[in-house]
Amino acid sequence: MSEKTIQDINAKIADGSVHVVTAEEMPGIVAELGADGAVREVDIVTTGTFGAMCSSGAFLNLGHSDPPIKMQKVWFNDVEAYTGLAAIDAYMGATQLSETRGMEYGGGHVIEDLVAGRSVDIHATAYGTDCYPRKLLDTTVTIDDINQATMFNPRNGYQKYNVATNCSERTLYTYMGTLLPDRGNATYSAAGVLSPLYNDPTYQTIGVGSRIFLSGAQGYITGQGTQHDPTNNFATIMVQGDMKQMDPKYVRGATFHGYGTSLYVGIGIPIPILNADIARATAITDADITTNVLDYGVARRARPVLRQVTYEELKSGMIDINGKEVTTSPMSSFHDARAIAGELKEWIQKGKFYPTLPVENLPNTGVVFKPMKQMGEQPSVADVMAQRVTTIRQGLTVEDAARAITEGNFNHLPVVSDEDKLVGIITAWDIAKAVAKSKRDKLDDIMTRNVVTADASEPVDTAARKLELHNISAMPVVNKHSKVVGIITSDDISKLVARR
Amino acid sequence: MKFILHATTEITSKPLIAEVILETGTLLNIDRADVKSSGGEVVIDVDQDRYDIVTAAFKKRGVTITPLEQPIIKDDDECVNCGACISVCPTGVISFNDDWTVQMEIARCVQCGACVTMCPQGALMVGK
Repeated sequence: MSEKTIQDINAKIADGSVHVVTAEEMPGIVAELGADGAVREVDIVTTGTFGAMCSSGAFLNLGHSDPPIKMQKVWFNDVEAYTGLAAIDAYMGATQLSETRGMEYGGGHVIEDLVAGRSVDIHATAYGTDCYPRKLLDTTVTIDDINQATMFNPRNGYQKYNVATNCSERTLYTYMGTLLPDRGNATYSAAGVLSPLYNDPTYQTIGVGSRIFLSGAQGYITGQGTQHDPTNNFATIMVQGDMKQMDPKYVRGATFHGYGTSLYVGIGIPIPILNADIARATAITDADITTNVLDYGVARRARPVLRQVTYEELKSGMIDINGKEVTTSPMSSFHDARAIAGELKEWIQKGKFYPTLPVENLPNTGVVFKPMKQMGEQPSVADVMAQRVTTIRQGLTVEDAARAITEGNFNHLPVVSDEDKLVGIITAWDIAKAVAKSKRDKLDDIMTRNVVTADASEPVDTAARKLELHNISAMPVVNKHSKVVGIITSDDISKLVARR
Repeated sequence: MKFILHATTEITSKPLIAEVILETGTLLNIDRADVKSSGGEVVIDVDQDRYDIVTAAFKKRGVTITPLEQPIIKDDDECVNCGACISVCPTGVISFNDDWTVQMEIARCVQCGACVTMCPQGALMVGK
């Protein structure tokens, strides 16, 4: 069995005889030569990914002003950075929004602007101390004017990610992009065959201290990423790198409409082919990587899994979801993932980059990605809804409805069929309008037929969001047979919030 | 060939498109129609050889015509070729080349703007 050490490989880089291939080339080589043959033939496999990584940001050290300031709050181009650190250190997070431009511009764009050499306006305030008397600061800088600009990303490079689709009737704006109603499209992320962590899925060569390609600079893995979940092949890495060395092409602020901002980060990890196991792992193809299609129409932690797909199916551009052919599109750039794997390959071939072995490997087992511990019961619609609801039969008149509303002293009157199914809703306002227009006969003419409803078991928070989105003040609560079992109003929710 | 009709409120109530179809005996495909209180905007697709006759018939009725030469504009410096735009396009304008760069078959674009909203990089713009 062939084996080699990282020292062997680095010696070959130094003398120019190293053989590097990308993860796309490796399956063919292993198929032809076998894993042992591939160890003899190939020294390093390069990987790459380029996509939105929300858990990204930058530590920025501005240098001291005179008189000095201990920044209590600081904004870069109106985007606030965290200053709970020493005087002139700040952390700019990628998803922080501009206070003047909203979702159009955020922390990710500030980081892009700095790396691209553009000037950035800084505004800081402070309470003033004996050692830091200054209370206000306004200046404009480029990345060359400040001391450290260190990208530090707590969670990057997901091994794979879920596919998002939407079974609800409404267009959703998410971090997976716009999801059209009724499975109108599906979006996915991660590079599949080029995915850095999927090419070494037991992390034999990846961990603390691994030198990597980070957005055009030589950066490092500093540990497992937050939410690292090796059990489900959702491993992640924490990384850092010098922004002054980065390539602006691979540092790109992004806006997901209706969701917010993020940062496209480019990561390439070199996998040294030390033994046959590692060679075999890097022979993975898109067809070998499976992931779940989730319904983002359900705004809960556990979104329903609709099916499993491979990256090969996803990249074909079309997948079947419950009998419907659905167009897929990536949110990350495979074109640039390939460019990164290629660039890293070239760096190594030219002796500009030497891979390292980690001082501690990423944990492969025993890590559990826990859900949040929440205090107290989360109230559901059933807890706050009124159970006694007056309804009115379809076919009755506007006058009947007016009488029911005045007698009951409420504003919303669900309309039901003879089978007791919800068919519409009437509000006091509808009746006032009908009277003004002298349309006093049938309810059917004036009722709203497309009724927004709630489910008794759903959390109050999702019901509240529905009321807000539809700009309404009440919803009938129905069971699975469309029978009205209660009604929930914005007043009920306000009272609950007041009690909390 | 596609063009945009701009009609003022005075004439949007008239059956303009039906009149032009009858007068010119040409099949028209309505790609997109947007009628508001301020007037109407309709994107129409017609065979190239009937373009002049049809647009003349519309102009005679007081409609302003703009040919839809570049319906959607992509800024190649901003585009990262992620392809997020592909799945929201209702007419299948956008696809990948073999090298995973994004290509657009703009003749099919109806300027709905879905891709503009989707693009995380702000690389797309509806052409005027």
